[in-house]
Amino acid sequence: MKLTGRAIYEGRAEGIALVSSTPMSFYGGVNPDTGEIVERDNELKGQSVKGKVLVFPHGKGSTVGSYVLYRLAKNGVAPAAIVNAKCETIVAVGAIISEIPCVDMVDVSRIAPNSRVRVEGTTVEF
Amino acid sequence: MFLSGEEEKMLAGEDGHATRKAMQILVALGEIYGAEKLVKVSSVQVSGVSYKNLGDAGLEFLDELAADGRARVRTTLNPAGMSLTDWKSQGIPPSFAEKQLRVIDAYRRLGVEISCTCTPYLAGNEPEFGQHIAWGESSAVAYSNSVIGARTNREGGPSALAASLTGRTPLYGLHLEENRAPTLTVDVGTALGTPEDFTAMGYAVGKTATDGIPLFRGIRRAGLEDLKTLSAALASAGGVAMFHIDGLTPESKTKPVSLELVEFTSKDLEEARASLDDDGTPDFVSVGCPHCSLTELATLARLLRGVEVKKEFWICSSREVKRQSDEAGYSRWIEESGAKFALDTCMVVAPVEELGHRVVATNSAKACHYLRNAGLRVRFMSLEDCVAEATRER
Repeated sequence: MKLTGRAIYEGRAEGIALVSSTPMSFYGGVNPDTGEIVERDNELKGQSVKGKVLVFPHGKGSTVGSYVLYRLAKNGVAPAAIVNAKCETIVAVGAIISEIPCVDMVDVSRIAPNSRVRVEGTTVEF
Repeated sequence: MFLSGEEEKMLAGEDGHATRKAMQILVALGEIYGAEKLVKVSSVQVSGVSYKNLGDAGLEFLDELAADGRARVRTTLNPAGMSLTDWKSQGIPPSFAEKQLRVIDAYRRLGVEISCTCTPYLAGNEPEFGQHIAWGESSAVAYSNSVIGARTNREGGPSALAASLTGRTPLYGLHLEENRAPTLTVDVGTALGTPEDFTAMGYAVGKTATDGIPLFRGIRRAGLEDLKTLSAALASAGGVAMFHIDGLTPESKTKPVSLELVEFTSKDLEEARASLDDDGTPDFVSVGCPHCSLTELATLARLLRGVEVKKEFWICSSREVKRQSDEAGYSRWIEESGAKFALDTCMVVAPVEELGHRVVATNSAKACHYLRNAGLRVRFMSLEDCVAEATRER
C-alpha cells in the first residue's frame, strides 16, 4: 500500500515500523545516547528507535525535544524516518536539523507494527 | 507558502548553510501552521542556553550554525545554567562550566548579545506596540504580547534562532489580529495586593486556560512586577502566550471570541497559594524568577541593609539591571548582607538539584513548578518572607 502525505523533511529511507499509538515526548522520553525509549507509560518503553521507521500521531512535551533528535542522529541511533499523523514544532524542527526524512498527514493507523516501510519524498509505502 | 526572491535564495543556500537550515525550519513551520508568507521581525529572544537542557547535541548544533550563520536582527539571549563570571562561587562543577562557556561562545559567534536574561524588556530589548518579534522564553512571550502589545508566537530555541539568522518568522498565530482575542473571561472577585497574589492566581488560571487567552476582569491596578510574575505563572502552568486585563493592557478592548466564564474568588486564591507550598525547612532561598527589576532590588536593599544572611540566598537578575542597581547604590547593601547576586542565570536553569539543596524558598510560581520537576521541595512565600527566611539561623 502507498500513502501520500506532506514532506516535512524530504528524503528516502527504509526500515521496520516502530508504531506508537500515543503522542511521543523526546525530551525525557528517549535516551539520546542509546535511542532507547524510556518514557513511562509508553507502549514502546524499552525498545530502540535506531534505524526504525518511527510512526506516531504527533510529538509532545518540551521544545528541547528537537535537540534530542539531533543528538540521536549525531550518535548514530536516530530513526531512519519519521511518519506522523500531524507533525508539530518539536518533531518538525528536530527532523530538519537532524536531516531525518519525515512525512506527515497520513493515516498512521494503517501502518502495521513491524512491517517493512519505505519513505520517499511525500510517500509512505508498506 | 509565498517566498520573496530574497527568501528563495536563502532557502537555496546562496547565503550559506546556516541560513539555509534556518529557512528550512521556518518554511516547514509555516506549512504546518498554514502561514501565507514570512514576516520581518524587529527583534529575537533566543531560549535554549543552559547546558543542562541543551546537552552535547545542542552545543554541536549551535557550533555548526556558528560556522557561517549570523544574526540579522537584534537578538538577545535567555539565562544560562550559571553565572558566566562567578560560577565557581556558585558551586558549579568545572565540567559543566566548560560546556556552558562553549555554548555562550557559539552564540557570541552567531552575533547574539550575551544578555542572559529572561526579562529582555528590562534590559534594552524593548519592542514597540504592534511590532512583529520572534521570542522564546515563555514568560517574556506572554509579557510582550500582553503588556507591550508586540506580536510573537511561543518560539522554541531552534525556531527563534532561525528567525534571527533570516530576520523573519512565519506569519501565523499571534502575529495575526484575529488570533489575539480572549478565549475565556476570568472574573477576579478578590483583591490582589502583592506579586505573590498575581503569581498564584496565574498558576491556577494557567492550568484551566491551557493555551487559551484569558481576559481578567476586576483587577484595578497591576505594577510591572505583578505583570512580570503573572506572565511567568500563566505560561509555565499551561501554555498561555497572551492575556488581557480589562482596562489595563493595550488590547483589552478586543471582543472575546467565547463566552466561557471562570470566577476566581478569595478561596481560589488561598487554595492557589497553598498548592504551591510544600513542607520542610528551606536550605536555599532564591528570588528573581523572572529576573528582578530595579524596584525589586531597591526593596531587597532596604530589607537587607545591615542584616546578615545565614543561608545560601540567590538574587537572580540581569547584568543590565544590576548595573543600574550599582549606580543607585542598592547593590552594596545587598552584597554586604551576604546575599549573592546570581547574574546570567537563575534557580530554574542552573543545576540547583546538583548543588546539594533540598528545600527551596521562593516567591515565584514558575520557580516552584520547575524546581518541583527537578525533584526539590518548595516553600512559597513573599519577597519579604524570603529575606526573613534567608536571615534565620540554619
